[in-house]
Amino acid sequence: MAVSQLTRTLVPTIRIRWSAWIVPALLAGGCIFLVVGSIQSSLFAQQTVSGLANGGIYASLAVALVLIYRATEVINFAQGALATFTTFVAWQLLQWGLSYWPTFVLTLAIAFALGVIVELVAIRPVERRGNVLTVVIASIGLLILLEGAVGWIWKPTVRFMPSPFPLHFWHVGGVAFSSQDIGTIGVSIASVVVLWAFFRFTKLGLAMRAAAVRPHAARLVGVRVSWLLSLGWGLAATLGAVAGLLVAPNPSVQLSPSMMDGILIYAFAAAVLGGLESSIGAVVAGLAIGVVLSLLGSYVSWVTPQLQLPAAFVLMLIVLLVKPSGLFGRTTVRKV
Amino acid sequence: MAPLLALRDVDARYGPIHALHGVTLTVDEGEIVALLGANGAGKTTTLRAISGTVRRSGTIEFAGTPLGRRGPESVARLGIAHVPEGRGTFSELTVWENLRLGAYVRRGSVRADAARVLQYFPWIESRSSQQAGTLSGGEQQMLALARAVMQRPRLLLLDEPSLGLAPLVVAEIFRIVQELVKNEGTTVLLVEQNARSSLAVSDRAYVLEVGRVAVEGSSAELAENESIRRSYLGY
Repeated sequence: MAVSQLTRTLVPTIRIRWSAWIVPALLAGGCIFLVVGSIQSSLFAQQTVSGLANGGIYASLAVALVLIYRATEVINFAQGALATFTTFVAWQLLQWGLSYWPTFVLTLAIAFALGVIVELVAIRPVERRGNVLTVVIASIGLLILLEGAVGWIWKPTVRFMPSPFPLHFWHVGGVAFSSQDIGTIGVSIASVVVLWAFFRFTKLGLAMRAAAVRPHAARLVGVRVSWLLSLGWGLAATLGAVAGLLVAPNPSVQLSPSMMDGILIYAFAAAVLGGLESSIGAVVAGLAIGVVLSLLGSYVSWVTPQLQLPAAFVLMLIVLLVKPSGLFGRTTVRKV
Repeated sequence: MAPLLALRDVDARYGPIHALHGVTLTVDEGEIVALLGANGAGKTTTLRAISGTVRRSGTIEFAGTPLGRRGPESVARLGIAHVPEGRGTFSELTVWENLRLGAYVRRGSVRADAARVLQYFPWIESRSSQQAGTLSGGEQQMLALARAVMQRPRLLLLDEPSLGLAPLVVAEIFRIVQELVKNEGTTVLLVEQNARSSLAVSDRAYVLEVGRVAVEGSSAELAENESIRRSYLGY
């Protein structure tokens, strides 16, 4: 009897400790592995950095998905198509002779407006009458509509999108880091950090979080919830536009109507791995997916580019089996 | 003097269910008015009709302004703070963020306001970075009250603050409500199941029965009238 009591008291505590420590331990282990590997081998360092660059793009798109999921409880399937559309807008602006950084800023503004309009026109009316499923279907419809519109306006040919970063390599030790990779990491991380600071430190950001978790209570303190939902879509579209602008110059992607399709899948994987409600989780998972795929691709000979997408799914499946709330999904306490 | 809040023939329905059948009541500035009645009598719905969270008809005037078809955001901006059933705690956010949201519609710093509000709830200060959902029921009720006071309301709508709380905690909450009325000049419309203690703290009371006002009068009178107490208030 004493033994059974002992196990009853011990086992739950062990379980709680295990799940609380496993994720930080894994992450710390992963970081040490990457640093040591990079010091040992220049190829490893290069692959890590280019993995982080891809991962940064997945991360920013994943955060956009999380943003909308938290507000609307819907996965926005049109997130990638919105990004493609705005990237084509940027391409057009460049064709008209605008220089790069003004185009960048203008594109983000257009993306924001587009996100707000999409919420007002396509999502809100559907949400008011239907349920979550109808909103999902509306977002799929939007995806098809936007991809069609891009193909119709700009013709479905592949175009060249210039990179914001001049072609340049930095040599550290024996390793060459391309300015494209470093710039991509910098811009994607910076945009996520800016967004995080907005939610964490501003009154409007706080109101958006409140509106997302408790819309009825938020209205009672005077928060205009419906307006903030539109704002959320605008921010998500802006973040997507950053991802699109960073992806398009990549020679293995190119500017085409379907350029974000594959990337959106990785972003889904990152968002789910991160726990769907956590933007930090989405960032870490996005970066991890980028690095893991990049390293697998260069060190495991049979992991060809064709196998990378399935590999991302296997990874996602394993994590979901072990920890269904995702790596960073926290169980919130709810008392009524 | 015109009343701060006046309801005339207010109807409200949830889809096909007719919850209020012409409720008429007034609340004067500086009063605590209790709204009593059995389950399903329409107490909560009356508060919802005022704050605009349920579809209503009839006239509701607040400080001379007809509320018309205003929604909850807009009613809140007029100076009506509604602490709903279940307290409306943002349980995922911190205690401080909950207070901050109370002052959402105002500009400028909220520190001074918070300091003033926390005089009534001194324990909150040390818990301000805690997730609000981890507070006890009584603490959450006090936080909801504190958040409502942060709105600097002229009228406070309280929906069953005593629900599920220990008698000692209930007494503490009612004591704070009375203090708020005295010091801040707030007016309170209080919905309660607990007739005895709410008659003790209120100036006047209305008793609702199936969506209508059945009895009204000063709280002292109602508490003394044995037949009313037996037939409507159940004690």
